[in-house]
Amino acid sequence: MEYIAVIGGGIAGMETAAQLKALGLEPVLIERTEALGGHVASWHCLFPDLSPADKLIKDLKSRLEGVEIQLGTEVASLNPLRKGYSLVLSNGKVYPCRAIVFATGFTQFPAERKEEYGYGIYDHVITNHDLEGWFNGNGDSRVPEAPKAIGFVHCVGSRDIKAGNSQCSKVCCITAIKQAIEMKERFPKAEVYCFYMDLRLFGKKYEDFYIRAQRDCNIHFIRGRVSEVAETIDGRVQVKAEDTLSGRPVRVPLDLLVLMAGIVCNPDNKKLSDAVSMPLDDDGFFHSWNNVVDITRSDRPGVFLAGACTGAKTVPEALAEARSAALNVYQYLKGSK
Amino acid sequence: MDFGFRLSPSSAVDLDKVNLALYDRLAELDPGIRTCIGCGSCSATCTSSAYSGMSVRKVLLALQRGRMQDVEKMLSNCMLCGKCTMVCPRGINTRRLILNACRLYDNVEEEV
Ligand SMILES: Cc1cc2nc3c(=O)[nH]c(=O)nc-3n(C[C@H](O)[C@H](O)[C@H](O)COP(=O)(O)OP(=O)(O)OC[C@H]3O[C@@H](n4cnc5c(N)ncnc54)[C@H](O)[C@@H]3O)c2cc1C
Ligand code: SF4
Ligand code: SF4
Ligand code: SF4
Repeated sequence: MEYIAVIGGGIAGMETAAQLKALGLEPVLIERTEALGGHVASWHCLFPDLSPADKLIKDLKSRLEGVEIQLGTEVASLNPLRKGYSLVLSNGKVYPCRAIVFATGFTQFPAERKEEYGYGIYDHVITNHDLEGWFNGNGDSRVPEAPKAIGFVHCVGSRDIKAGNSQCSKVCCITAIKQAIEMKERFPKAEVYCFYMDLRLFGKKYEDFYIRAQRDCNIHFIRGRVSEVAETIDGRVQVKAEDTLSGRPVRVPLDLLVLMAGIVCNPDNKKLSDAVSMPLDDDGFFHSWNNVVDITRSDRPGVFLAGACTGAKTVPEALAEARSAALNVYQYLKGSK
Repeated sequence: MDFGFRLSPSSAVDLDKVNLALYDRLAELDPGIRTCIGCGSCSATCTSSAYSGMSVRKVLLALQRGRMQDVEKMLSNCMLCGKCTMVCPRGINTRRLILNACRLYDNVEEEV
């Protein structure tokens, strides 16, 4: 049997595999960890509708019936054949593949690298990722029982040349708004601040979500990038920024500070792209054949791309690309019979 | 004649009449200064800002609006400690910008 390799079992890989199966092809879905779902499996609920993330993952899983799934394994080698590739996994399994879809997603910027924000140093500094875990019921001693003031720092490790990432991570403004609303709902008496440089809310219904944060939740939006964070004598975190709209420095002590750690490339991309002799973009994401016409096609015939492996994506974008990549595979096989 | 009221001069910034000589000269020396996004990290972290009003962000804005007196006043309060350069997310060499501005300031003033 000839397979289509789908590398990465996040939402993009799962949806690609489900669509390929529906098109009558034989996908093999390869996931490095022991579970499917990727990052979304760690989130609590999703912007802009606050729909539960676990339901999405459950629905995607239910559509994978009959799909060959390999968990807890990685690509050991990809060797070109006359038609397609021979895929060897680290668990020893070998699959002859006619086409490959990379869906390896992203990694999050390691917030401890921005030392001035005190992640891993101060007691009450967490990341957006940690907060989703707390929403999901994982205890976290850094989150106080009744915080009076909570702050969100936008653009942590994004739009930051010194941090080695000049790109905007795209999803963190709207994630901050989502998390700020959720915190305000849990702690109605708390003051919630978002420190931003620009608010980038581009998607369907996102601006409504922003208006809700302003009008219904009274979240304070301060236009100024946090330059440093210090711990006060009573163990709170003190944020230093300029309120650029009034042109004055602001200081505010907080009981919890949430860093919106950005989206950076998956370092595995290098090895995988080398294996099929394909270039990467200079930010380490996969290089699309054309960023306007078709982002899910690579320069290499028979190799396709889906989801956040080509750059920051929202869930609906990742899912749409998965469907597009599956159709591309289908057309490619039809054309090369 | 007394109309019983006075017209105040307009506070509008006439972008087409702004004198950009110094800003353009500085950008020639370092095109990076054009990438400022006005985030305020430099001012927030500045050792002198809270007491003196020095702010690289405001200097860059004043340069682009032709407000040379503001530029001069602010620059005279800089201690050249370089903290602002460390935090700028655009990697602008703000300390060098300040030095260049001080160096060029008098020359450009004479020309215009
Ligand atoms: C804090 C945060 C909150 C977010 N909240 C939302 C939201 O509310 N709504 C929304 O629309 N979007 C949200 N997003 C964006 C969302 O997470 C992404 O759109 C989504 O994760 C992209 O899915 P993906 O499958 O492309 O990548 P990923 O989720 O990164 O999945 C990639 C998968 O591939 C696997 N993998 C990686 N390398 C290999 C390899 N070499 N071999 C085998 N497997 C590999 C990984 O283990 C992982 O399972 C959020 C993002 C962040 C950072
Ligand atoms: S989406 Fe917002 S927080 Fe994220 S990098 Fe872009 S501007 Fe910064
Ligand atoms: S170099 Fe000047 S402007 Fe920059 S932080 Fe020091 S005093 Fe402030
Ligand atoms: S830190 Fe850099 S980008 Fe931000 S306002 Fe200052 S000079 Fe501009």
